[in-house]
Amino acid sequence: MNDNDRKLGPTLLKADNISLAFGGVKALTDISFEVKEREVLAIIGPNGAGKSSMLNVINGVYHPNAGSVTYKGTVRQQMKPHEAAKQGIARTFQNIALFKGMSVLDNIMTGRTLKMSAGFLAQCLYVGRARNEEIEHRKKVEEIIDFLQIQSIRKTPVGRLPYGLQKRVELGRALAAEPTLLLLDEPMAGMNIEEKEDMSRFILDVNDEFGTTIVLIEHDMGVVMDLSDRIVVLDYGKKIGDGTPAEIRNNKEVIDAYLGVSD
Amino acid sequence: MGFFVEVLLSGLMAGVLYSLVALGFVLIFKASGVFNFAQGAMVLFAALTFVRLLDILKDTFAPITLALIITIAMMIMLAMAIERLVLRPLVNQPGISLFMATLGIAYFLDGFGQTLWGSDIYTLDIGIPKGSIFILESVFEGGVLVAKEDLVATVIAGLLVVTLAIFFQKTRIGRALRAVADDHQAAQSIGIPLNYIWVIVWTVAGLVALVAGVIWGSKLGVQFSLSLIALKALPVLILGGFESVLGAVIGGLIIGAGEKLAEIYIGPYVGGGIEYWFAYMLALGFLMFRPQGLFGEVHIDRV
Repeated sequence: MNDNDRKLGPTLLKADNISLAFGGVKALTDISFEVKEREVLAIIGPNGAGKSSMLNVINGVYHPNAGSVTYKGTVRQQMKPHEAAKQGIARTFQNIALFKGMSVLDNIMTGRTLKMSAGFLAQCLYVGRARNEEIEHRKKVEEIIDFLQIQSIRKTPVGRLPYGLQKRVELGRALAAEPTLLLLDEPMAGMNIEEKEDMSRFILDVNDEFGTTIVLIEHDMGVVMDLSDRIVVLDYGKKIGDGTPAEIRNNKEVIDAYLGVSD
Repeated sequence: MGFFVEVLLSGLMAGVLYSLVALGFVLIFKASGVFNFAQGAMVLFAALTFVRLLDILKDTFAPITLALIITIAMMIMLAMAIERLVLRPLVNQPGISLFMATLGIAYFLDGFGQTLWGSDIYTLDIGIPKGSIFILESVFEGGVLVAKEDLVATVIAGLLVVTLAIFFQKTRIGRALRAVADDHQAAQSIGIPLNYIWVIVWTVAGLVALVAGVIWGSKLGVQFSLSLIALKALPVLILGGFESVLGAVIGGLIIGAGEKLAEIYIGPYVGGGIEYWFAYMLALGFLMFRPQGLFGEVHIDRV
């Protein structure tokens, strides 16, 4: 937390006055914040505060009604999820979205989709080249499997794994794309303490070793305070706080939002 | 014994054709979770297009090849049109909406095909040998009588099935297809373009429809009833499982053979006509005792 200045780079992602409404329901109102390169930014807030909506805006699932997102210096209003993926944005989902019928290995391999250069057709025709490529990607995937310590379950269909491990596999799939920006939607939901500790360690290691910028949503305050360089607090779709964990801890508005105001 | 084998074989070969139609369903169901009611209409449309082009091009140097290429091009365009006009606007809608949309496609294609190409019964002859031969004469006295065209159809269908199985299980695009089938959102988030995958899978289903249409068409003539064989594919799917290529094949064979054997051996006791309902009764039995089919995936939902 104290080594911020040493580690952070220039601004990677900037949200400017983002507003998003579903019919009459305002999910996000005029949200602005920045994420610097190699930063770990947490978005917190009570249920329904618009945290997931914010992630969905960043990776193009939702298109904001107003405002823009600047990523790597390029301003954009609309983007499709697969285009976001192409530009190095990977993510995990609140409700695990793995390919349940496939093995752990295959799931993580799908994360390499964009790294494969042989075209779809070429891949059917030039068996030799496509095969070499497959081996190369497989190596990378094995590294990720080692990194996440899931060697023993690599052939297991993910549908059979316990929740905590599925979350880990999902992280693996996102990592396989070697993302610049990693969006994690409640990576520790439903985990016990031990699993949370493991997950926290993986997230910090990813940030450390690969220099990946991470934006995460999490409810566990202990985890959030330990992991993040900076915290953005949302409440009813509005930003009510933005600062280091220490600042947020003492922010009156944030405390009110979480504990309720007595008036 | 020789007679039994003969009935069995002719049943199995008819079953191969059921399998082909069912395969088209399975492909689209696997990749998009849509039950494509229009598969039968696609069979009719492909066969009609092919047979009429054959007629138009009959004076050129290679009518069959040319007609085939143009028909394939049309099936690709059809897939693109369906993706653009029907699937894309309905993305993330519940399965039942998409199913209703395919009903619409089915009626449209039936009408469009016949408006474009006429609604007569057309004979289709692409040189599949006709007539029957005796095989296995050393095993059974008098041998077993099989139709040559059934043999050819079996070989073609077999090749197609093997190709598709490899395509789905071994290639990267196959993995992408399975990924899309499992979870649209996740597939998009790792960079798989949904639209592209849908065009591919509807194209492949269109090609399978073409093969099925040409084989059925050269057997029975190209006519409206081709679009109704889709109904025969339903019990095949219930038997084999909606998600299994292998299941579609085995299911088709069981239905084909079961129908013929039941007709011959049980038919006389109940006044015949078993062929028309046997498949559905069998499917009903499966629904009660093994609803996921022989090879379907059992979905365990965590609660």
